[in-house]
Amino acid sequence: MLIAAIAFFSWNVKKISRNIKLGRDIDIKDNRKKRWGLVFRVAIFQSKMVGLPISGILHIFVYAGFILVNIEMLEVMVDGIAGTHRALSFFGFLYPIAISAFEFFALLVIIGCLVFLARRNVLRTNRFWKPEMKWWPRLDANLILITEVVLMTSIFFMNASDVILQSRGFGHYDKVGSFFLSSFFIPMLTNLPSETLVFIERTCWWLHIVGIFVFLNYIPYSKHFHVFLSFINVFYSKLEPVGKLANMPSITKEVKSMLTGEEPPMDEDAEEVAFGAQDVKELTWKHLMDSYTCTECGRCTRVCPANITGKILSPRKVMMDARDRLELTGKNIDKQGVDYSDDKSLFDYISAEELWACTTCNACTNACPVNIDQVSLILELRRYIVMEQAAAPGELNAIFNNIENNGAPWQFSQDDRMLWAEELYINEKSVQ
Amino acid sequence: MTEGKQKIEVPVMADLFAKGEKPEYLLWIGSAGAFDDRYKKVTRAFVKILTHLNISYAVLGVEESSSGDVARRAGNEMLFQMQAMTNIEIMNSYEVKKIITCDPHAFNTFKNEYPDYDGNYEVMHHTQFLQQLIAEGKIKIDSDLFKDKIITYHDPCYLGRANGEYNAPREVLAAIPSKKVEMKRNRSNALCCGAGGGQMFKEAEKGDKEIFIERTEDALETGAEIIVTACPYCMVMMTDGLKYKNIEEEIKNYDIAELIEQSLEL
Repeated sequence: MLIAAIAFFSWNVKKISRNIKLGRDIDIKDNRKKRWGLVFRVAIFQSKMVGLPISGILHIFVYAGFILVNIEMLEVMVDGIAGTHRALSFFGFLYPIAISAFEFFALLVIIGCLVFLARRNVLRTNRFWKPEMKWWPRLDANLILITEVVLMTSIFFMNASDVILQSRGFGHYDKVGSFFLSSFFIPMLTNLPSETLVFIERTCWWLHIVGIFVFLNYIPYSKHFHVFLSFINVFYSKLEPVGKLANMPSITKEVKSMLTGEEPPMDEDAEEVAFGAQDVKELTWKHLMDSYTCTECGRCTRVCPANITGKILSPRKVMMDARDRLELTGKNIDKQGVDYSDDKSLFDYISAEELWACTTCNACTNACPVNIDQVSLILELRRYIVMEQAAAPGELNAIFNNIENNGAPWQFSQDDRMLWAEELYINEKSVQ
Repeated sequence: MTEGKQKIEVPVMADLFAKGEKPEYLLWIGSAGAFDDRYKKVTRAFVKILTHLNISYAVLGVEESSSGDVARRAGNEMLFQMQAMTNIEIMNSYEVKKIITCDPHAFNTFKNEYPDYDGNYEVMHHTQFLQQLIAEGKIKIDSDLFKDKIITYHDPCYLGRANGEYNAPREVLAAIPSKKVEMKRNRSNALCCGAGGGQMFKEAEKGDKEIFIERTEDALETGAEIIVTACPYCMVMMTDGLKYKNIEEEIKNYDIAELIEQSLEL
């Protein structure tokens, strides 16, 4: 079962990785030191999560608990394979302390998940109820939270019945010591016959292990894939100031030849590239990785000035659309072959109205806990609309014309650029 | 009217070069600084400060053209690069090394984007330049003009989030005796004025509010009597916001350079 679970998971991960590689190639290798620094700060220590303190700290509970409890999972697996009871108990007196600590974190996970469920379903925190949060994204989030609560609760029942069985010297339940938090469950279970306790202990044990395997294989289908990708995505963060937009070298060549009047140097290897992107294959692999990393938390949308003032643009929806489109593209390739086209594009998912509402203010990229670059994706689509479709909004076409003709977005003559300086006086006493 | 006053002849790069002179700084005016009636006042205020301090600078004058920032953000990369390369050619022909500008958008595009086309300059936003002069003790303000005024500062996106400059403008304000208050959304969490990315030049998409009104409300909530900005777009937006709220008489909107100009009684 272990092998099947891991094999199926790897198969899915391979597929996601294949999909990400459908994107345009870009080279991100520079400055490894800084990148590892970001991974430590932003991914491992979650520095950007605490921008919203309540959900940030609770998320750190769940995250830390999840990692630590998975260490206990290792023991569960060893026990399962080797038929041992509590294989790690050879650590002696440290063992009950460690397990008690794990239990403490399991409790934190339960608290975190319960609060998260309440925020989503009872308090209805605004960002979880935006239009793009349709039934599946909501269900996806709730399923994950409920699963975590069930898995963590099972630990307590497993440990409590185990300890009672130990004290009764039942079967192979050798004494390994008692655990702090689960001891509160003992009064509830202590009157049950040993056979029932074994049943509870085994059920929880199986629930735990099967649960983890199912969970592992659910993740690739879910927004929850961020538990893996966020570390990698943060490593490949944009390091330049966020105000810098990606250059288009293909255009640099053309513009240079226009300015000098020389033919552009012929490049045999150069592929015909579109200006901007209309579909996932024209985005870079980093954009695509962004879309798989997004866990739909909505912190971007929460701070987006367009969204705050009721426009339909939601940076989260843009990322979700990119992922949906990419998943479909991947499925089509699996079924119909690499060259298949369904005659659809990202523009069937993301409307021009959304794209033109962006002020490029970078509030979204600043808020994203896993350094997704929403603005850059929006810009690639704008580039396609403007340069390939010549379909910019009329007012923007007007400023393009003005800039071309008179060097300013307004229709003022370039010769009037010094009018501001006329009749300009300064107090004599102010001049040194 | 002009008694006790001296006329400022703004030095133009081409003229200085003809005389074999080379100024230390290029002052980039920007299209808004040259053509927008409100921001022209900011340009004039800043030029007065430069004159007052005897800074060696010049402008490109009629050789200046759009930086291309708005074209790029609106998706017209071709036009942006045309502008960039043309501007770089002119600036390099005058051997420009240092640029000062009152426009965070030009600041951002020069500093971060022009290097891709061999335009390498040391670029300063005017608030950074003023902050440096204050730190060096070249600007000292002992005016009581704003002493009893409550001032709030609106972070322009392209100075703040885009380039991480939150302190320079605040340090300049700290040098002006006055009361300062922060808006609830400030620094990296500041709300955009709504004009970036080409929005300045088009109607907003359908929604239930204009972004500039939302931001003006942030500013008014602080009880400030003066809203200070450091960007031509933000200036237009906040001015519109105050007009919309019908309080442009009570609440004023200034650029940081104007506060310095007034404090120094230039």
